[in-house]
Amino acid sequence: MLAKRIIPCLDVKDGRVVKGTEFLQLRDAGDPVELGAFYDREGADELVFLDITASHERRKTVVDMAARVAEQVFIPFAVGGGIASTEDMRAILLAGADKIAINTAAIQNKRLISEGAELFGTQCIVVAIDAKRRSKEDPSQGWEVFIHGGRTATGIDVYDWVKEVEQLGAGEILLTSMDRDGTKDGYDNLLNKMVAEAVKIPVIASGGAGNLEHLADGIIEGKVDAVLAASIFHYKEYTIQEAKAYLKSRGIDVRL
Amino acid sequence: MIAIIDYGVGNLRSVAKAFEYIGHQAVVTSDPNEVLEADKVVLPGVGAFGKSIESLTKAGMVPVVKEVVTSGRPLLGICLGLQMLFTESTELFGDATAAIKGLDILPGRVLRFPESHLKVPQIGWNSITKKNDSPLLHGVAQGSFVYFVHSYYVVPENQEVIACTTNYGLDYCSGISYGNLFAFQFHPEKSSQVGLKILDNFAKLK
Repeated sequence: MLAKRIIPCLDVKDGRVVKGTEFLQLRDAGDPVELGAFYDREGADELVFLDITASHERRKTVVDMAARVAEQVFIPFAVGGGIASTEDMRAILLAGADKIAINTAAIQNKRLISEGAELFGTQCIVVAIDAKRRSKEDPSQGWEVFIHGGRTATGIDVYDWVKEVEQLGAGEILLTSMDRDGTKDGYDNLLNKMVAEAVKIPVIASGGAGNLEHLADGIIEGKVDAVLAASIFHYKEYTIQEAKAYLKSRGIDVRL
Repeated sequence: MIAIIDYGVGNLRSVAKAFEYIGHQAVVTSDPNEVLEADKVVLPGVGAFGKSIESLTKAGMVPVVKEVVTSGRPLLGICLGLQMLFTESTELFGDATAAIKGLDILPGRVLRFPESHLKVPQIGWNSITKKNDSPLLHGVAQGSFVYFVHSYYVVPENQEVIACTTNYGLDYCSGISYGNLFAFQFHPEKSSQVGLKILDNFAKLK
């Protein structure tokens, strides 16, 4: 039985791990390689490194980080943040990353998804989507796709976009609820369920995990294949093993 | 010395780094002579079967792999490196399928997972049921989880070669172990402690 996955997410800036609360406030939480190796030993199923560096040295920094991570981490890991060409993808994959997450660049240049999938395989291409409810109270109005780290509205509907990225060759969708990100109120499971039922590719829920129940709810109510969380693990509120034992107790298949 | 065959497909750095991490020297090489001189050989692979056989042929590695196997030196296939050992694969081209010849070291076929009720490719952690007491799975607990990324699976003619099986819609052969020949559908280099144990067992074979 294919196990549901728990994925700690590490936001990285200038080679250091930080965690953004509602995308704006940053706190320093350590070395990405050390933290990655720690999560591997603890039983994390996968890692996502999201680079938010904004310098000219950015690409070199990211490739270098992927290479250093690959020396110490023996679970799959994805790298995202500012990747805008298949050359960038190739460099990061050759450094040892397993997957590339693209967000703004995928909206601006849809061919990046299909070309990446053709060159490296669909399993390498994760399309990350920042989704925001059109109305906080009325989910029937749907969700809109935002880019540039949540600063720019696109007018594109999340349902239309996930259908399109699947068609283009995305291997996985990393779905972040902007309404819930940083709130610790739980994932937006109406959003998760809507997307999980719209596509056949795996969906990773992100944004809002504040306790272990939230992780289980994402999988059971949101119907996602994997749950991503940051602060609840980074600040040692729960260990990965505690999270897995809890999911198991809720009848979810996990790798123990 | 362990030689990891480089025939121009995919990332081999992770395999080499995993061996290094557990204290074994491994070299990534596209030189047939270097492969022939190695004590042990790893045949990796990702992507499409046809393209990989073509690349392996162009790199002059087909006779090299066969020579390694007949010489009795341990060979470890990973992912497509398992599938390529078999007689042929039935690969999908649009809506049609065609048979593509493999290395034919083991009799058997490679089939695609039925897409009607499964997500294809299978991506993620799944468990193995050990079968034929492979030395590479010593110290690996029954039911251990390992990391898979694949759309096709192997069907060996000889059941005795099956080292382990996995369930994904159906029970299929996820590893073989036959004399000096070892191969797994999953990625030991991405399977955390379990995977490192398997690589360590391979590196320590006499």
